[in-house]
Amino acid sequence: MQRRVTFDSRLLPYLLLAPQVAVTLVFFIWPAAQAIWQSVHLQDAFGIRSEFVWFENFTYVLSDPNYLDTLKTTVIFSVAVTVLAMGVALLLAVLADSKIKGARVYKTLLIWPYALAPAVAAVLWMFIFNPDIGSFGRALRAFGYDWDYRLNGGQALAMVILAASWKQVSYNFIFFLAGLQAIPRSVMEAASIDGAGPARRFWTITFPLLSPTTFFLLVVDMVYAFFETFGTIHALTQGGPGKATETLIFRVYQDGVVNNDLGGSSAQSVILMVIVIALTAVQFRFVERKVHYA
Amino acid sequence: MATVDIRNVRKSYGPVEAIKGIDIAIRDGEFLVLLGPSGCGKSTLLRMVAGLETITGGEVAIGGRVVNQLDPKDRDIAMVFQNYALYPHMTVFDNMAYGLKIRGLPKAEIRARVDKAAAILELGRFLDRRPSQLSGGQRQRVAMGRAIVREPAAFLFDEPLSNLDAKLRTQMRVEIKRLQDRLRITSLYVTHDQVEAMTLADRILVMNHGVAEQIGTPLEVYQRPASLFVAGFIGSPPMNVLDGRIDDRGEAVDLAGGIRLALPQPRLSDAGRAVKLGVRPEHLATADSGFAIEVELVEALGADTVVYGRLAGGESLLVRVAGLPTCRNGDRLTVAPPPDALHLFDAVTGRRLEG
Amino acid sequence: MTPSSSRSRLIDLVPHIVLIVGVLVFVYPIYVTLIGSTWDSGTIGRGGLPLWPSGEGPANYAQAWAGEAGDRAMYTPVRTMMLNSLVMALSIALGKIAISILSAYAVAFFRFPLRMAFFWLIFITLMLPVEVRIIPTYKVVADLGLIDTYAGLTIPLIASATATLLFRQFFLTIPDELLEAAKIDGAGPVRFFIDVVLPLSRTNIAALFVILFIYGWNQYLWPLLVTSSRDMETIVTGITKMIGTGESANDWHIIMATTVLAMLPPVAVVLLMQRWFVKGLVDSEK
Ligand SMILES: Nc1ncnc2c1ncn2[C@@H]1O[C@H](COP(=O)(O)OP(=O)(O)OP(=O)(O)O)[C@@H](O)[C@H]1O
Ligand SMILES: [Mg+2]
Repeated sequence: MQRRVTFDSRLLPYLLLAPQVAVTLVFFIWPAAQAIWQSVHLQDAFGIRSEFVWFENFTYVLSDPNYLDTLKTTVIFSVAVTVLAMGVALLLAVLADSKIKGARVYKTLLIWPYALAPAVAAVLWMFIFNPDIGSFGRALRAFGYDWDYRLNGGQALAMVILAASWKQVSYNFIFFLAGLQAIPRSVMEAASIDGAGPARRFWTITFPLLSPTTFFLLVVDMVYAFFETFGTIHALTQGGPGKATETLIFRVYQDGVVNNDLGGSSAQSVILMVIVIALTAVQFRFVERKVHYA
Repeated sequence: MATVDIRNVRKSYGPVEAIKGIDIAIRDGEFLVLLGPSGCGKSTLLRMVAGLETITGGEVAIGGRVVNQLDPKDRDIAMVFQNYALYPHMTVFDNMAYGLKIRGLPKAEIRARVDKAAAILELGRFLDRRPSQLSGGQRQRVAMGRAIVREPAAFLFDEPLSNLDAKLRTQMRVEIKRLQDRLRITSLYVTHDQVEAMTLADRILVMNHGVAEQIGTPLEVYQRPASLFVAGFIGSPPMNVLDGRIDDRGEAVDLAGGIRLALPQPRLSDAGRAVKLGVRPEHLATADSGFAIEVELVEALGADTVVYGRLAGGESLLVRVAGLPTCRNGDRLTVAPPPDALHLFDAVTGRRLEG
Repeated sequence: MTPSSSRSRLIDLVPHIVLIVGVLVFVYPIYVTLIGSTWDSGTIGRGGLPLWPSGEGPANYAQAWAGEAGDRAMYTPVRTMMLNSLVMALSIALGKIAISILSAYAVAFFRFPLRMAFFWLIFITLMLPVEVRIIPTYKVVADLGLIDTYAGLTIPLIASATATLLFRQFFLTIPDELLEAAKIDGAGPVRFFIDVVLPLSRTNIAALFVILFIYGWNQYLWPLLVTSSRDMETIVTGITKMIGTGESANDWHIIMATTVLAMLPPVAVVLLMQRWFVKGLVDSEK
């Protein structure tokens, strides 16, 4: 954890830490503490007095069928995004890692979508799947399919899932490729000398050796789907139609900003914090193992 | 130019005492080698002189000035590290010049000093290169150049050659020797390589478990090892050590298997004492009486031959003779040392029995 | 040519086909947007977008870049939004790098009381992404009077445990002997930082810069909350405001030109600094 050799100075380390600690205290710890405080208090209509209510806000939130619907939507959305993004990325990475011509060009062409904002990805998808102006959207209707994600909840969910996964493929691709390149050639050569065919090599060697990367991406993609896709949903469907594409983070925004319900949205924020902390904890347990493994 | 005085210096890491009180006065221009096995505290002692490690007890004085409380930069020393510790992003020139720049020397003076050091070390062609573009030997020369340009009161070396391959190490050893003859700057040199110690040192300080086992010139250390530890550490192959007892008249040593070796002069005061008898392999030669061994292994090194023999009692005995092998496995030989090549150590304390 | 060898040729083609399909899926939407940005809004709105560009491009971009209004609504000009996004992305990237490298230096190169407490304080922010604490953070920023300011837009986002951890991890690989050599050369902690640590961190800084620039440029929820004035609009949130509910009667030509311009800086950064960026991304997540 610490170097053997260090500098001696009383004041300097504190000065060096001051900016980051100040920002952390003011914009991280203090708001988080407030969220926790508010989540166990109830404010009157004028925001003047507040009353300690134990876990009432939580019971209220968690027993709200709407909230549970949102939770269900979030889980479906996150699992779908994670599976799609990882599956496609793994396929492309395995192909781009093999010794084929033009591998570098493919890599470059597949890496850049990382740079796009989730909201911009959503806008691009809208340009194509919008039932009025999008080529695919119009084509679907021309074939007699009643396509309009602005009215049909299922289609809307499919749309945000596709747009969100589309944006995340490149990130997964980068990590899978790095993971694949870290597998020693000699291991693969030994396997082919042992007579294992390509498919067998993949399932018995490549995939297990990639498992640290896979696990890492699983967590990252879940966090992405939970939080960063706010832009995707906001730009594409505004959570609708109805509440068909409302995820937890979108709802925090709705309740806190649009509906101004501080206690409820704070309780939701605290629930989200618990989810992130759980995901991060899982990731760290695993990271430690990975350090061991490396 | 300065003396370095180490007075009863101790170092503790918590409850562990790494250096247990070492005293030595290093003369101006002297080349002192700290020699000992891994973990004996050589680096710790050197680093206390450098100011990189606090001193738990005792005093270090450089040029007569006690430096215990001074920062490394104020001690007027320069140090050469085992892994070179060159700044990877600086050119050779900048690596050597960095300390001078910090001290605010004028540019022309820096240029002159670096050029001079580069000439001595034949680094002139490499001044614009980065360390990564140099070989190990060249890097080590840059590290030495960085020390030389400082014109310090003392050089400190911590195993500077142990990252080099055998051939380069020999070559650099000779270079350091030449440099020392030319610059005559007081030096402390840490190594666990006895050849480096024997060839470079004016005096050697042999360390073991944080204490000085012996301080002396290379020849003293070889000819009159102060303890069994020193006897075993210096010399290759190592000294043979056998259990024995001085007879009641103090005239000879009795060994297992009825072997009896006469002492060069009688030691009446030690009569009847249990001893360890040391004999260097190179001092054994075939004789009519002495150690009867059966040859188990013969190593021909070209210039000389090492014979691994076994005594009747089961102890092994090494013999080194000049030239090519004259015996084979299974042969029986009798070898003996001249009387003045016997080393006697107390069987309990391991200290040398003088006399 | 034997039949079996021609079949194996076909099999060899499969990876290429899959990869080309993959690339097309990622390129096609961009292509459509690029083409769209060169046509008039009527053509796009009718859904009759051809696959080739038209000559309207320059006019569309000029209108988007400087114009206050499209044919149907008022907008913030792209140049204003680009400037805001640029300020936001640069402040976040450079601010994060600056405060993280300093705090990492303190944690890695000094021994001082409460060192681990500070380390954990920073570390904990890893678990609090801005989205999670968005409402209370908004309130703090409002109380400080920072709504609709660059400070409010950027400072709450510049504390980053990831960057600190990355630098700290790198600092731990700097050999002890280098530090000792510097001490003997007479360098104190400040000089050592400027003369040795900073130059050695160049690659890490470059890699982090790419990642953080993109992170900053792509911020969405936070700017949506803390900016309300049109002068403070950032380009990513600006686009979705232009689109509104996605009616077919929209200034699509301006929207598409704006989208192209919004993608340009981050994509350029990724493509130009690809090598550093990939290394930095993979390293920072280790
Ligand atoms: N920072 C420390 N904390 C605790 N013990 C230490 C520390 N540094 C050194 N030691 C102990 O002090 C003893 C001497 O260490 P030192 O590095 O001086 O050995 P050395 O003779 O230089 O060995 P080597 O030849 O392997 O370099 C060792 O037993 C070591 O474990
Ligand atoms: Mg050592």
